[in-house]
Amino acid sequence: MKEKFTKTMARNIFLGGSLFFILLFLALTVGTVRALPQRDHRENITPAVILGKKIWEVNNCIGCHTLLGEGAYFAPELGNVYTRRGGANGGKEFIKGWIQSMPSGVKGRRQMPNFKLSEQELDAVAEFLKWTSEINSAKWPPNIEG
Amino acid sequence: MVYQSQAVAKPYFIAALGLFAGQIVFGLVMGLQYVIGDFLFPYIPFNVARMVHTNLLIVWLLFGFMGATYYLVPEESETELYSPKLALILFWTFLVAGALTILGYLMVPYAALAKLTGNDLLPTMGREFLEQPTLTKAGIVVVCLGFLFNIGMTLLKGRKTAISLILLGGLTGLALLFLFSFYNPTNLVLDKFFWWWVVHLWVEGVWELILGAILAFLLIKVTGVDREVIEKWLYIIIAMTLITGIIGTGHHYFWIGTPEYWQWWGSIFSALEPIPFFMMVVFAFNMVNRRRRNHPNKAATLWALGTAVMAFLGAGVWGFMHTLSPVNYYTHGTQITAAHGHLAFFGAYVMIVLAMISYAMPLLRGHGATSGERSQRLEVISFWLMTVSMVAITLFLTGAGILQVFLQRMASAPTPFMDTQSQIALFYWLREGAGVFFLGGLVLYLVSFFADRERIAAPV
Repeated sequence: MKEKFTKTMARNIFLGGSLFFILLFLALTVGTVRALPQRDHRENITPAVILGKKIWEVNNCIGCHTLLGEGAYFAPELGNVYTRRGGANGGKEFIKGWIQSMPSGVKGRRQMPNFKLSEQELDAVAEFLKWTSEINSAKWPPNIEG
Repeated sequence: MVYQSQAVAKPYFIAALGLFAGQIVFGLVMGLQYVIGDFLFPYIPFNVARMVHTNLLIVWLLFGFMGATYYLVPEESETELYSPKLALILFWTFLVAGALTILGYLMVPYAALAKLTGNDLLPTMGREFLEQPTLTKAGIVVVCLGFLFNIGMTLLKGRKTAISLILLGGLTGLALLFLFSFYNPTNLVLDKFFWWWVVHLWVEGVWELILGAILAFLLIKVTGVDREVIEKWLYIIIAMTLITGIIGTGHHYFWIGTPEYWQWWGSIFSALEPIPFFMMVVFAFNMVNRRRRNHPNKAATLWALGTAVMAFLGAGVWGFMHTLSPVNYYTHGTQITAAHGHLAFFGAYVMIVLAMISYAMPLLRGHGATSGERSQRLEVISFWLMTVSMVAITLFLTGAGILQVFLQRMASAPTPFMDTQSQIALFYWLREGAGVFFLGGLVLYLVSFFADRERIAAPV
């Protein structure tokens, strides 16, 4: 760096640059928050979907699974599990049956705990995953396997 | 050690190292569960081990940052800490709260912990890295406020250097952004959007200010290069960090329901994110080459140079590898992400905290600049063992990730997730092996603190 380039100039680049990009980020955030209603089909967030998200959270499902690609990489992606397991033709029933039948107990295989969910809670989780599968996620994942 | 009150850094560093050891043990447990699926089931299911692994990492790094701050700020401000007593009270508060939270994870089912801690009143649990009970989160906020108050008051009464102001700026940003962890809307897309304001804007934003400030402080100490030069570099590096990193958040907004224009913003700006890390490498080596003194603590200098190089590789190169949206379309949420996460956290944050501990501990323990030859030798070995093992972990996970992407996402007949996992098990075994060597390196690092007897016994 040349002698003429002083610490004060460097500091001003830092302050000015940061401020500019913080403001740009806030502007993009406002744009996104306004555009989201067309993409997240929030009108379909029923009480069951809300309960389902809560059950998802208090059982730390994200500790093994990914949801829209975010989470742990130990167990399958669940953002599209509803579609993968049959969609309108049995997707919900599959999810509920699967959760209830855990753990598989197969020796050496990855195990999912049994969370002892009630029928209403099971239904809510399935509704939450169905709702999630219908978010406009820009055509991700690349294929049904997640 | 120039000021008495710098001594409060010591318990912070010791706690950080203890929790670090715990983190690695749980890492090994998870690594084994990847290949022996029912290992320790049902006592420690994978999700619990992972929560302990990642939460311990966050907590010990916070202990490290706080310890580093308590050590650095009095020296920079040329005054005693405002209140060493407050620093110790906050230390014990944070340690007890952290320990109780980890014990809670291990001893009761997570759903029971949520009920026990009143999650229903303000549900914030069950989101990746923010799994802490709402009560613990509130505790973290209280500790941060007390900490910032203590540091702020110290700065007010003393000399204000660029290093300490930037450090305080980074720490304030850390505390402010953490407040978004209390926002948990029922709409998953909104939830994910603002979740990244904590996670991304921490590690690819304000934490880098903390990293830069600590690195600059260490380089002044070990090289004796003029402060004006070092602080000028520091400003330019963190300017580039925020200029690229803030909009770079967009690389998380490709596939979570957010508009497609983020694919452009995110790809372009995050492709520039390696620049500040590259500058950090040039900066660190330049300063060491232009050194005006030969500091005897070679280990600390090695860690400082190491952090610049490994942060560039882990955050810069491994980040760039999957940050362009057409690539990320295939790699999103695979072992590629895990590979990047491991090397980036190790290079940028683990190593800078270890660098600070290596520099400060001999002084805090009254040994002088180093704790003796033997201790230095052990530390240098531990540096190489940990660094090479972490590179190996990263390479094996990258191998696993490439195969996973091909088999599960790109092949003409895609393989289901679990079948893919069995096919790439070899890489998980190799990763676990590298993890054992990493633990060996950490043990050597800890042993180096007890290898100072010759120095104490021998007359200087």
